[in-house]
Amino acid sequence: MSIPAGFYYSEDHEWVKVEEGVGTIGITDFAQDELGDIVFVELPQVGDEFDKEDNFGVIESVKAVSDLYMPVSGEVVEVNEDLLDQPELVNEDPYEDGWIVKVSLSDESELDELMDADEYSSFLEEEA
Amino acid sequence: MKKTALNQLHHDLGAKMIDFGGWEMPVQYTGIIEEHLAVRNNCGLFDVSHMGEIEITGPGSTAYVNQLVTNQIDVEVGRVIYSPLCYEDGGIIDDLLVYRIDSNHYLLVVNASNKEKDFEWISKNAPDDVKIKDLSDQYGLLALQGPKSEEVLSSLVDFDLSEIKPFRLVQEEVNGKEMIISRTGYTGEDGFELYLSPEDADETWNSIMESGEEFGIMPAGLGCRNTLRLEAALCLYGNDINEDTNPLEAGLSWTVKFDKEDFYGKKALVETRDAGVERELVGFILKDRGIARHGYDIEVDDKKAGFVTSGSFSPTLDENIGMGYLQKEFVEVGKEISIMIRSREVKAKVVELPFI
Repeated sequence: MSIPAGFYYSEDHEWVKVEEGVGTIGITDFAQDELGDIVFVELPQVGDEFDKEDNFGVIESVKAVSDLYMPVSGEVVEVNEDLLDQPELVNEDPYEDGWIVKVSLSDESELDELMDADEYSSFLEEEA
Repeated sequence: MKKTALNQLHHDLGAKMIDFGGWEMPVQYTGIIEEHLAVRNNCGLFDVSHMGEIEITGPGSTAYVNQLVTNQIDVEVGRVIYSPLCYEDGGIIDDLLVYRIDSNHYLLVVNASNKEKDFEWISKNAPDDVKIKDLSDQYGLLALQGPKSEEVLSSLVDFDLSEIKPFRLVQEEVNGKEMIISRTGYTGEDGFELYLSPEDADETWNSIMESGEEFGIMPAGLGCRNTLRLEAALCLYGNDINEDTNPLEAGLSWTVKFDKEDFYGKKALVETRDAGVERELVGFILKDRGIARHGYDIEVDDKKAGFVTSGSFSPTLDENIGMGYLQKEFVEVGKEISIMIRSREVKAKVVELPFI
């Protein structure tokens, strides 16, 4: 199970990578493996604003529908439109090509409430 | 949770296990889409030992089974008949396969989640000249499905498998173990189902996987069983049919033999037939992005016109497909309908069934 360092992780199995105040958000390798073959991603619109833990989209595998929750608050500045035609990118490359949205963070201190790679790894072990 | 004889083997193969009607069953091994395509193109092996088997024997068994089910089961010994089992009001208790093993010996293969209910209904009405037994614990069930199935199984039997025509059964040995072999399945592909002693399940599974290696066989889970049966437009009890639906609206008129003297539900179904059904189970393909799921509303001209019973991505067609009940007046191939997905209206088109 891949858990790269330098990312922030949520208990909902999402990751955030921060560069110059913009957070890129996706789901973790563990999450994509649990979901199985992903066949549809419903994305928000650029400009939509969300609070931390708001539902911002939906991800569907062959067998299940799952809501996506914001790990941080912010305004959507970009969505990964490649996922509309290639939702399987989330399975194939969850931390790079399978990213879901980018948001401008409204409160960077929220990142402190998320886990780092080691903490997320321990979290997964506890959940198992 | 209940476990099949192959439970440990599934864990060893790294399967994802789920609770399926109280049974711990494999939903997938490597991935639903990959397993689905293996069954369509080559073959896959399923453990479906959770299915229930109810035996009916005795001098009155033919008359009684024919009273129970809507289809005609007084057929040659060795045939397998698909049929709904209905209440007096025509509502479907279950859908099942009737194996005519001998002239007065039947095996009813029923959905795991309905077994207790079926057994109770079947026992309650039974006359004195039949004997009813729940043999579910005495049978494991493997389903080998896909175009390569006959080739894969042929090296494990010493008779000609082509002699087993679709919906026929034989009692023969596979890999030296006696079992019931039928040319049946729930995928829309050629294939065989093997009813065997749970003790023989591991060895038989392994011998089939070994024989199938050169043909691209894969272990296949319940996840792809669902997508395969949906493409073939085979009803799933609890999704497409239930006690509130009748066989005539579910596209199962061909299984209702009105020329039989009597059967449970006949009176109600004659009335429904004569009055005409109000809705029909139809197939549709989504034209816009989205996946239809069980329970979503179907609208026509912004008014509710039905509901989705099954929906999925179709790996064979690379489209999003579904089935649902649609008001009779709108039932027409090519009809534009809308599926309401999380308050979003997604366009779809009624198509002919099956999808493949």
